[in-house]
Amino acid sequence: MTQYILRRVLIAIPTLLVISFVIFAVLAMAPGDPLAQFALNPAIPESTRQLIRTQFGLDQPWPIRYVKWLTSLSRGDWGFSFSTKSPVIDIVWQRMPQTLQVVGLAYLIAVCLAIPIGILSAVTQYSIFDNIATFFSFVGFSVPSFFTGILCILLFAVNLKWFPIVYSTTLEVNSLATFGQQVRQMFLPVLVLVVQQTAALTRFMRSSMLDNLSLDYVRTARAKGLSDRVVVVRHVLANSLIPVITLIALGIPTIFAGAIITENLFRVNGLGALLITSINNSDTPVVMALTFIFSILTIIFNLIADIMYGVLDPRVRYG
Amino acid sequence: MTHKRLWTWLVLMVTATTLLSACGKKPAQTPPTTAPVAATTTAPVASTAATTAATTAPTVAPTAAPTEIPTVAPTATPVAGGTLKILYAQAITVINPYQSTGTKDLDGATVIFEPLARYNQNDELVPYLAEEIPTLANGGIAKDSKSITWKLKKDVKWSDGTPFTADDVIFTWQYCSNPDTGCVWMSVFSNVDKVEAVDPTTVKVTWKKATSNPYNVFVSNTGMIIQKAQFANCVGKAAIADAACQKANLAPIGTNAYKLKEFKPGDTVIYEKNPNYRDVANTFFDTVEIKGGGDSTSAARAVCETGEVDYAWNLQVPAAVLTPILAAGKCDTVAGGSFGVERININFTNPDPILGSKRSEPDQPNPILNDLKVRQAIAKAIDRKPISEQLYGPAGAPTCNISVVPLAFTSTALTCERDLEGAKKLLDEAGWVLPDGKSIREKDGKPLKLTFQTSINTIRQGVQAIVKTNLADAGIQVDLKAIDPGVFFGSDPGNPDTLQKFYTDLQMYTNTPSDIGLDSYFVSWTCAEVNSSKVKWSKANDTRYCSKDYDALYTQFTAELDPAKRADLAKKLNDFLVNDVVVIPLINRMTPNGKSKTLEGPTYQTFDSVLWNIQSWKRTS
Repeated sequence: MTQYILRRVLIAIPTLLVISFVIFAVLAMAPGDPLAQFALNPAIPESTRQLIRTQFGLDQPWPIRYVKWLTSLSRGDWGFSFSTKSPVIDIVWQRMPQTLQVVGLAYLIAVCLAIPIGILSAVTQYSIFDNIATFFSFVGFSVPSFFTGILCILLFAVNLKWFPIVYSTTLEVNSLATFGQQVRQMFLPVLVLVVQQTAALTRFMRSSMLDNLSLDYVRTARAKGLSDRVVVVRHVLANSLIPVITLIALGIPTIFAGAIITENLFRVNGLGALLITSINNSDTPVVMALTFIFSILTIIFNLIADIMYGVLDPRVRYG
Repeated sequence: MTHKRLWTWLVLMVTATTLLSACGKKPAQTPPTTAPVAATTTAPVASTAATTAATTAPTVAPTAAPTEIPTVAPTATPVAGGTLKILYAQAITVINPYQSTGTKDLDGATVIFEPLARYNQNDELVPYLAEEIPTLANGGIAKDSKSITWKLKKDVKWSDGTPFTADDVIFTWQYCSNPDTGCVWMSVFSNVDKVEAVDPTTVKVTWKKATSNPYNVFVSNTGMIIQKAQFANCVGKAAIADAACQKANLAPIGTNAYKLKEFKPGDTVIYEKNPNYRDVANTFFDTVEIKGGGDSTSAARAVCETGEVDYAWNLQVPAAVLTPILAAGKCDTVAGGSFGVERININFTNPDPILGSKRSEPDQPNPILNDLKVRQAIAKAIDRKPISEQLYGPAGAPTCNISVVPLAFTSTALTCERDLEGAKKLLDEAGWVLPDGKSIREKDGKPLKLTFQTSINTIRQGVQAIVKTNLADAGIQVDLKAIDPGVFFGSDPGNPDTLQKFYTDLQMYTNTPSDIGLDSYFVSWTCAEVNSSKVKWSKANDTRYCSKDYDALYTQFTAELDPAKRADLAKKLNDFLVNDVVVIPLINRMTPNGKSKTLEGPTYQTFDSVLWNIQSWKRTS
């Protein structure tokens, strides 16, 4: 097992190098100018732009910039952002809490909802409950979050005035009142994300259960005279959770990528919002850092999922 | 057996997730870049509040009777305090105005910094750090226009309690004019020969050559004064490379009514009352919060429907969406001045792809658009009314002029009603005739087809559609193209779709003069600025228009120092361009900002930040 993990980690290093190289190359070749917002301002002539590009180090050819980026990264320096002129990693740390709070909580709720709904749907296949659950998960699947988001804003914020539109990232939770405020401002973005994520997980849980329900060992268990509840919970659920847990583990890195649309819509300004504004502003160092961190997390959780598969399922053994 | 292990793993996983999120939270609990705490006690001085200076000499030939600044005389007795909440679609990322990457950064800096003087909404100068506006009459401007002398307010303190002096003004110039600093506004200082302190409260700026616009430097949002003590070691490469300077750029010390409390770059800025402000007794709000991100529509909802914020910047939303939101009645739009003129530029060179690398080069005349009659026909066929009413609403008014600010410099001679019959007649005269049974005009067997590009933007695509039908009515076929704004405005010499390359017949965008002098605005139609591959498309004249008469008029304009004569020449330049149909001005865009009905103070702005008078904003009941 140790050998297996070691091998995987070693393979991960060239993978990460290739990923970073590709992203860097794509960003370097993509059009864009960090000063695009001042594009036509006559007070900023080409000469000034050139000086600023030199200051950013953009006057050098991109392969050299890549090598520089990589060497400073090996020293733990992620570079500085073109738009804030401050270290990239500071901004990433600053954005992490709101993303984890909103997207992480939504993921947790989605998992907690999806597993029981999926089980019930499978056990009572084609019942009214199953049909309703199926209906809603298809709605969640097919309706994009910018639509549900705007719908939620119009209904709950504008008409009913229950929740705010603008998420405050500077709110300090230190009393019951501010906690209430925090819950209120988190409600809508979390709701939008939960609707989407529950949908996918429910379907997966349901089909995994159905796969197992028709197997021989279930018939054996029933023949032994075990109660329905014991058969479902102890035997079927235990086995059908294995692939679902792998899926959940693989989904964890996406929490760190944030939710671009939902974050933007509700002004959560987490990592997802940071990524998209940095792409729009051609803030290459920030985009590089975010995508690279995301790649590392994806590789790590892939490994975790693989290891867990071996632990949970005795039939899988790693040599 | 399996299920027991399974549940253990499940519990472990949940704990791991929680732990992970807890770890993520930790670093953020250390306060994000906080402003240095003021060391000294409150010292309110001189009651010469900047905004009460409505009587000061207006800059350039006053537009009308100097109107009063609508920030005084509150209707009810408001209880001072509370938070002023402002919403921006783009978040502020840096507060040092000389390192800014957009207007939003300048606005964020305006809350903290002050220049010597600012423009009000009527484009008149109001003294801020200056005691009075220097003029020829009071001897502040030298008779030969080679220098300007500013008298500074006495006893002004930085928010850390240290005194503000002429040295800070000189330092600001030294900081920005150093090429290694990477100062965005370097060219503003290009005519400055030297800045010197006559005494601690008098600053003299000497120009390299006589200027008609001596108020270009240390004035408005591009001339805010930074503290020497804080940035002394940040001149040159250190400006963004040094860790201390990076901190200073995010948490600068200023002289305005508010100082920085907390800043999350790209997200939220929180300012608090500056106890060392000279008029602290009249600072209304305890804190000011500027939140960034999101879209304009929900920003409009937040100020007009839910009332969550007091002020929202740039509600650039199609009129059909905005009107019902405004109807909720909680807000007013603040619109006026000019955010720029939305115009269609004519390409005087041939953008035909067949030409390859010779596309849109100055030596390839446009086969259709070099005929004045065709250009006039296009201008006559366009109907500005639906563009203004259906698309812009409160965000713009139709205009026939390419230069609309300042008002005293704006021509009143032109009209631009739609004249379809006139357009058809002109095309007939030019030899473009309608063959029987066809809807597109032809000349020598070639159809009258034009290409028309602009950036991707809901309103702009609406305008494109209207122009396409307008011109189709006259028998001109227009093929539309919409380009990603990052590319279109990106000035990347390797990309074919930039506005500088202009590989279509027509293109549309907005531009506005950067300062009240207008020299740098009118220069962009001169022969010297013509874009081509030779200059790597880095010049300002994308129409490739080149006329000796215009150049002569422009040279006359820049050499003239008398404001009245300059105004006259500016009008002539404007009329020249429009009559020769080099550009087709469509809409005078105004930034429609939304303000809550209980907020008093915001005005529209052309040559300064919309937050220029934030020190006097207050809430009424």
